[in-house]
Amino acid sequence: MKLKEVIKPYSQNPEALENISATTDFTNDLKINSANLVDVFLDVEEAFEIELENSSLEKIANVYDAIDVIELKLQEKNQA
Amino acid sequence: MKNRVVITGLGVVSPNGVGLPAFKDAIKNGVSGIRLIDRLVELKFEAQIGGIPEITEELKAQYFTPLELMKFNASGILYGLIAGVDAWNDAGLKLGNIDEEPDWDSGMIFGIGSIAADKLRDGIVLIDKLQVKRLGSNFVIQTMPSGITAYLAGKLGVGNQATTNSSACATGTESILMAYERIKSGKAKRMLAGGCNDSSPYTWAGFDALRVATYKHNHEPEKASQPMGRDASGFVAGSGAGALVLETLESALERGAHIYAEILGGDMNTGGQKGDGSMTLPNSVGVQRCIKEAIKDAGIHADDIDVINGHLTSTGKCNLEIKNWSEALNRKGKDFPYITALKSMIGHTLGAAGAIESIAAILQLEEGFLVPNLNCKNIDPVILDLVDEEKITKEYIKKDLNIIAKSSFGFGDVNACVIYKKYTG
Repeated sequence: MKLKEVIKPYSQNPEALENISATTDFTNDLKINSANLVDVFLDVEEAFEIELENSSLEKIANVYDAIDVIELKLQEKNQA
Repeated sequence: MKNRVVITGLGVVSPNGVGLPAFKDAIKNGVSGIRLIDRLVELKFEAQIGGIPEITEELKAQYFTPLELMKFNASGILYGLIAGVDAWNDAGLKLGNIDEEPDWDSGMIFGIGSIAADKLRDGIVLIDKLQVKRLGSNFVIQTMPSGITAYLAGKLGVGNQATTNSSACATGTESILMAYERIKSGKAKRMLAGGCNDSSPYTWAGFDALRVATYKHNHEPEKASQPMGRDASGFVAGSGAGALVLETLESALERGAHIYAEILGGDMNTGGQKGDGSMTLPNSVGVQRCIKEAIKDAGIHADDIDVINGHLTSTGKCNLEIKNWSEALNRKGKDFPYITALKSMIGHTLGAAGAIESIAAILQLEEGFLVPNLNCKNIDPVILDLVDEEKITKEYIKKDLNIIAKSSFGFGDVNACVIYKKYTG
């Protein structure tokens, strides 16, 4: 999973990363601190070649949310 | 009864030696840390030499997590953190654990000369390209002046005051005195003190523009820094960090800690940029007052001082500093204390200078030795009128020492002088 690779350097909980699922929470499970979440999403933008505006970022708490936003952005990009 | 304050831990990242054993070896043997710096050649600096500590990737990985090293570009914080953690370990203190209470009795005052210019530049380039967002999360923590303290305090787990001081080239000495005062007054049991400075062309450029850095020795870097020398033509920019654990004598004895030396007292002032003082030059009245007040504060006599660990930068103004010492102490000729000018080996490490040079002084007291002063074969005749030449040691000499006075003077006409004593119980 491409997203897992992006998250890897920031996760402070290797076990949660190994067992990553849709409900895995970035803060509570992966123990990524709030400042580093900024970097995660910068790397997501780069890896998927999309742009995430602040309003999209606010919706992301777990892996499911992230995939949802990424897929939406990819769709928008392909339609454009 | 005021607390007695002793030094129980040392950590050093110096251009001529990283880690306490390497540094001690280097200062005894008069090893120079000054090299030609390729980046300064590329950027067409007049002065293309400098002092940069050698830090390998392996060493970095012992002190920082891989995550902390992502987009990390603050060499002052790098040096300061290594020195600080080393000093803490050297004192036999444990690093903080996330699950533990902060150590409310321990704090830190750690100085920096100027903020991380390299990291700042990374950000400025992105901002000007309209990519503010790409600064990421760590731009602030690496470029805020207190960045070094923020990084260190978390690692050490301290819970007392944790702050950063900055007073140009007096920064390192000032941090030690401020930490000393906090312990003496009973507000903390232990304080980490020290100073650090970045190695960056963007930090050093201003000195090149001011023409205070020597441009005459690019072909012979090790001969460039000549404190007290007749032909001294400017200082050599340096970088690095020094860190010291200060502690109440009571706490040190309780813990059974190794005691390197005792701090008897000191003084900090400004000459107010009056008289012969200015933004960039010290007012002699202020300098002499600082020295005299430090002696008074320490409860010693001027004649008790065995060694002066001077500021002595190699700008050709060393004779004025020696004159101020001579007048303040009322000592001259063979009666003058020995003089150590560590900048002859490591250059002017700016915000780190007072701390690194203090560590040399403390090692000298503990073990009993004088270090060689490099590049002073031909001493300024004005200095020789005041001081017998044998007091400016040119080689390693084993000698019992009791008291060393360390001074630092900085832009803005600020002065700091601290009195160290061999610990004898």
